Amino acid sequence: MEQPTASFPGLDRRSLLKGMGLLGAAAAIPGLAACADTGTATPESKKSAGKASGTVRFGLNANAAVPTAGYDSVFAAFEQKTGIKVRTNKLLYTEQINNYLTAAPDDVLIWNAGYRMRFFAEKQLVSDVTSVWDQVGSNISEAVKQACTAKDGKQYLVPFYNYPWVTYYRKSVFEKRGYAVPKTLDELTTLASQMKRDGLTPIAFADKEGWEAMGTFDILNMRVNGYDFHIQLLDGKESWDDDRVKSTFDTWRRLLPIHQPQALGRTWQEAAQALGQEKAGMYFMGSFAVDQFDDATKEDLDFFPFPEIDSEHGQDAIDAPIDGFMMVKRPDNAAASQSLLEYLASAEAAELYLKTDTNDVATAQNVDTSNYTVLQKKYADVIGSSKNVAQYLDRDTRPDFAAPVVLPAIQDFLKGNGADIDGITRSLQSQAKSIFAS
Amino acid sequence: MLGIPAALSILLVWVPAFMSAALSLTTWNGVGGFSAAEPVGAENYRQIATNYPPFWPALQHNLIWLGSFLFIATPIGLLLAVLLDKEIRGTRIYQTAIFLPVVLSLALIGFIWQLLYSPEQGLINNLFNADVDWIGDSSINLWSAMVAASWRHVGYVMVIYLAGIKAVDPALREAAAMDGANELQVFRQVVFPSLRTTNVVVLVITIIESLRAFDLVYVLNHGRNGLELLSVLITENIIGEATRIGFGSAIAVILLMVSLGVIIPYLAQALRKDPTS
Repeated sequence: MEQPTASFPGLDRRSLLKGMGLLGAAAAIPGLAACADTGTATPESKKSAGKASGTVRFGLNANAAVPTAGYDSVFAAFEQKTGIKVRTNKLLYTEQINNYLTAAPDDVLIWNAGYRMRFFAEKQLVSDVTSVWDQVGSNISEAVKQACTAKDGKQYLVPFYNYPWVTYYRKSVFEKRGYAVPKTLDELTTLASQMKRDGLTPIAFADKEGWEAMGTFDILNMRVNGYDFHIQLLDGKESWDDDRVKSTFDTWRRLLPIHQPQALGRTWQEAAQALGQEKAGMYFMGSFAVDQFDDATKEDLDFFPFPEIDSEHGQDAIDAPIDGFMMVKRPDNAAASQSLLEYLASAEAAELYLKTDTNDVATAQNVDTSNYTVLQKKYADVIGSSKNVAQYLDRDTRPDFAAPVVLPAIQDFLKGNGADIDGITRSLQSQAKSIFAS
Repeated sequence: MLGIPAALSILLVWVPAFMSAALSLTTWNGVGGFSAAEPVGAENYRQIATNYPPFWPALQHNLIWLGSFLFIATPIGLLLAVLLDKEIRGTRIYQTAIFLPVVLSLALIGFIWQLLYSPEQGLINNLFNADVDWIGDSSINLWSAMVAASWRHVGYVMVIYLAGIKAVDPALREAAAMDGANELQVFRQVVFPSLRTTNVVVLVITIIESLRAFDLVYVLNHGRNGLELLSVLITENIIGEATRIGFGSAIAVILLMVSLGVIIPYLAQALRKDPTS
């Protein structure tokens, strides 16, 4: 979904234009698509990194200060090294990704790993980047490599960084009240009851835009049923009306009383404020949430991975979405794109970038972590020690299933306080069946 | 002289509309040209009706939206126009205040009301020390959105009616008053009948505004959880990452049918009569 890249997804001009699109849009898209449909040749061999030159056009998918400044410094260093210029395009293309990839105004673009990458790889809208992986692959972990590999066994994404979904808390509050970090579900519920007695909302919670609570579903499903089942389910290979899925929802239903109520009317930023103002004791969110706090509060923040629910799975899985780079089907400057991608996979590029972005950690393994903040070091540890790394629900399943189907189903579940689990899972399965069949 | 606009309208409106209708009978993900679209007959419509939970609520919300604009917001606009026509003290200030929301985009209005409605930090809950989840509670959020949308629509309607009322010949009203008609009678027998053309404009605007509603709910909560509208479902299926273009086109065709079903009978009836009678 709109993983917040510091811009509010609702107010950019394009979102509003979409509203006016309605009928016209249905017919406008085919025109665009038809223009660029001329054969499906793979790009020329890109082994010629040595004589690459010219300009690479780069789709940034962001216009806020935090990512752009970091990339600017990376590209400046790259130009100094190779003489290749990088021209950035600050268009926000997440919600128009199909049109964007078809028209391909850029050579290289930022995108996400997992199903969200595979979907476009299978549609043959992007090039495989195995030749980049040949150069840089030894520096990247196997789990990350899997997330960047499509069904044909080739890599289509060069990873850059990832960030974990964890439970944040304030050290000062835990110290003052004598709370201990919970390791199991029982410890979590005991702690939550104590917090309630102390007048705190145990877990801050929001689902106004609908993607936020997908993180809670992911972690509960992975804790209850394990990573493999979770991924199979999102891949359309397991059934949503399976008892195991119902068991996940049922666990969630029992945990709802320790979550902040009325989540559907609250933005994730407002939920973060509840933790910041010490009205809530914990907050389960992606690490980008840290930007919501002032410096003093940031100092006071700590986190733990979501507690164990079933000892068979322990705490062996985590959502840590990977962002990286894809190359369009027919880049104008394939050689320069190749050398840019190789540079971006290097520790040097990651170190430069992460100077301006302290919520993410590099996927390059030989990166120098001495400049990491305390939290960043801990993020790296938590992700590194997790046996399985998932990409987040809307990156691990089909885009035409995540937002149109799962998102409203979870909102229905929250709206009814978990009342109609059978009805919700039945409807999910019947829609999954029709969508995955197409 | 009408040839060029007519040709443009056919080319840019009706051809795409028919193409949408054709696409609605296929399944297509927008990649690989029209030839990649697989015909599936009425399957998309069947799926929409039987296996797509947001559809029926969205249709219902569109109709509620239309109903409340027609029967609540528009009459309030007319009432305000009549009151402001009386040249009461400070009428300019009232006119400006009521008209002001009209110059704001609905997206901006969404943001303004979001600040009012937010559960913990919002003005309304803090002012009245209430704990109402205005946007998150799906049993009331449609009405929260309607208040915000009407806030703008009332001003719009008011200005159009005000202009219409000002254009009524004062001699007619004076004559009616001389004949002993009270204010209500003057309005019903003299002013309102001479507003026929204004009524057509207002009704068409009201219908269009309510069926194309999108930006406001999109800003409030992306048109989910009680704020589903047909326009939102179309966008989500066609333009977002999902690109179920055939499926989305089918919803678009349904919205087109609803629009035509409401507006054609009205226009046919309203324009048949001689407006100067």
